[in-house]
Amino acid sequence: MKKENVIEANQLTKTFGDFTAVNAISFEVKKGEIFGFLGANGAGKTTAMKMLIGISKPSSGTAKVAGFDVYSQTESIKKNIGYMSQKFALYDDLTVKENITFFGGIYGLSRKKIKEKRTQLISELGLENISNKLVGSLPLGWKQKLSFSVSLLHEPKIVFLDEPTGGVDPITRRHFWEMIYKAAHQGTTIFVTTHYMDEAEYCDRVSIMVEGKIEALDTPKKLKEQFKVESMNDVFLKLARNIE
Amino acid sequence: MSISLSNISKSYKKVKAVQNISFYVKPGELFGLIGPDGGGKTTIFRILTTLLIPDSGTATVAGFDVVKDYKAIRKSVGYMPGRFSLYQDLTVEENLTFFATIFGTTIEENYDLIEDIYVQIAPFKDRRAGKLSGGMKQKLALCCALIHKPKVLFLDEPTTGVDPVSRKEFWEMLKRLQKKGITILVSTPYMDEAALCDRIALIQDGEILDIDTPNAIVSKFPKTIYNVGANNMYKLIKALQHYEHLYSVFPFGEFVHYTDKRDSFEVVDLKSYLEKEGLTDIHIESTQANIEDAFMELAK
Repeated sequence: MKKENVIEANQLTKTFGDFTAVNAISFEVKKGEIFGFLGANGAGKTTAMKMLIGISKPSSGTAKVAGFDVYSQTESIKKNIGYMSQKFALYDDLTVKENITFFGGIYGLSRKKIKEKRTQLISELGLENISNKLVGSLPLGWKQKLSFSVSLLHEPKIVFLDEPTGGVDPITRRHFWEMIYKAAHQGTTIFVTTHYMDEAEYCDRVSIMVEGKIEALDTPKKLKEQFKVESMNDVFLKLARNIE
Repeated sequence: MSISLSNISKSYKKVKAVQNISFYVKPGELFGLIGPDGGGKTTIFRILTTLLIPDSGTATVAGFDVVKDYKAIRKSVGYMPGRFSLYQDLTVEENLTFFATIFGTTIEENYDLIEDIYVQIAPFKDRRAGKLSGGMKQKLALCCALIHKPKVLFLDEPTTGVDPVSRKEFWEMLKRLQKKGITILVSTPYMDEAALCDRIALIQDGEILDIDTPNAIVSKFPKTIYNVGANNMYKLIKALQHYEHLYSVFPFGEFVHYTDKRDSFEVVDLKSYLEKEGLTDIHIESTQANIEDAFMELAK
């Protein structure tokens, strides 16, 4: 059975003046795949991701995300993806319930659907006792787990996670990955960036960007074989020499 | 001792940031405070750099009391806060000159200390600090923290959000500074960096879980850990979570780390259980605990 592609990028490029931030990258990501998007600081990951989620127009090349074109159908893309990052997650001044209701509304869910999702989500995360507390008062790890669940509210085909586990304690970091596995198992595609190289090993496939180009793309196992090293950390160190 | 804390506590309104923290750092030691965000690491740094007064307990840095002798401490320490806090509108060189002047010295006087770091940013010395890349900002901040030749260097999460290549370079710089006799207290949420310290304190929710050398902490791990792999990670974790003899299971790279409740554990038993659960390509072998395993066990 051949699985459908939910992301297809072909020669995707973004230039700022005479600086090429993303240089003709081509790849595809399949339904239900956990795709790791790695690179050194400044390698072009964020710029590439912005093009894929429809908030930055490419300079050249083509890409389809969830079947929609990144030039002409950016609104459809936004409706069909989830996004979470370490920096922008939830509103600290709203309660757990209010945040879920708010984002449900933003994603255009019906009141009935929001109520149903809210009850389900709060029970799955075990947040019953604190559902009326302000999100700002929660520990970082809980916030991140809640934020991930909120990004899945509208049942997107793909969810983009930009360094979702930075600064989170090791146990919560693993609970977080168990949630990622679950979502992927249910058919959601996961597109994730991280600086934790052990997390790179959790991915089905990993791409490594160096100075705007994708220099490696394969399963963690094959990448380790290819570079004749023991860990993804060593693959990264061999490949992504830091040039400033 | 270069740094010593005795029963230090600090609360912000109702939140207990740190509770009864005690540890010491020997002269010339590279000591790591390892733990997640919100653990109290920054509060400890602020108390030791005299920016915050503890509610109770005592602490000294370079032999001076953090409350009584705060002025002497400020002259003796270098501090690189977690958030970039140099002047964005000054150039690289202006920032460095500014910090040297504040401390009554010159760039030339202590240039040998910063030379191997500064040469990497010297080509951009006329660029405003706000326009530097993350890696360069970090190097400039380190130069500014070193320019008055401090006895003790405080680095609060210098590598957070930094990619593995730049992190590796940063730790190599720290090792070289340590060789020059500077005592270093560094914090990090990356557990793999713990192995690079002489001694570490594992900290969570304002309390210290353990203090020792990285090797000693790992060797105290009470169980045998098994790397378990199979064809489907999600199903594997679910199956192990329902296994009656499970002690703990956590994803770890390409495998999960599994520990068993029983003292005598037969690999074949687990294998046949997993096969019955419909998993294939099953791989089970014992492995060494690492700092994260130790941290998770202590944090339970």
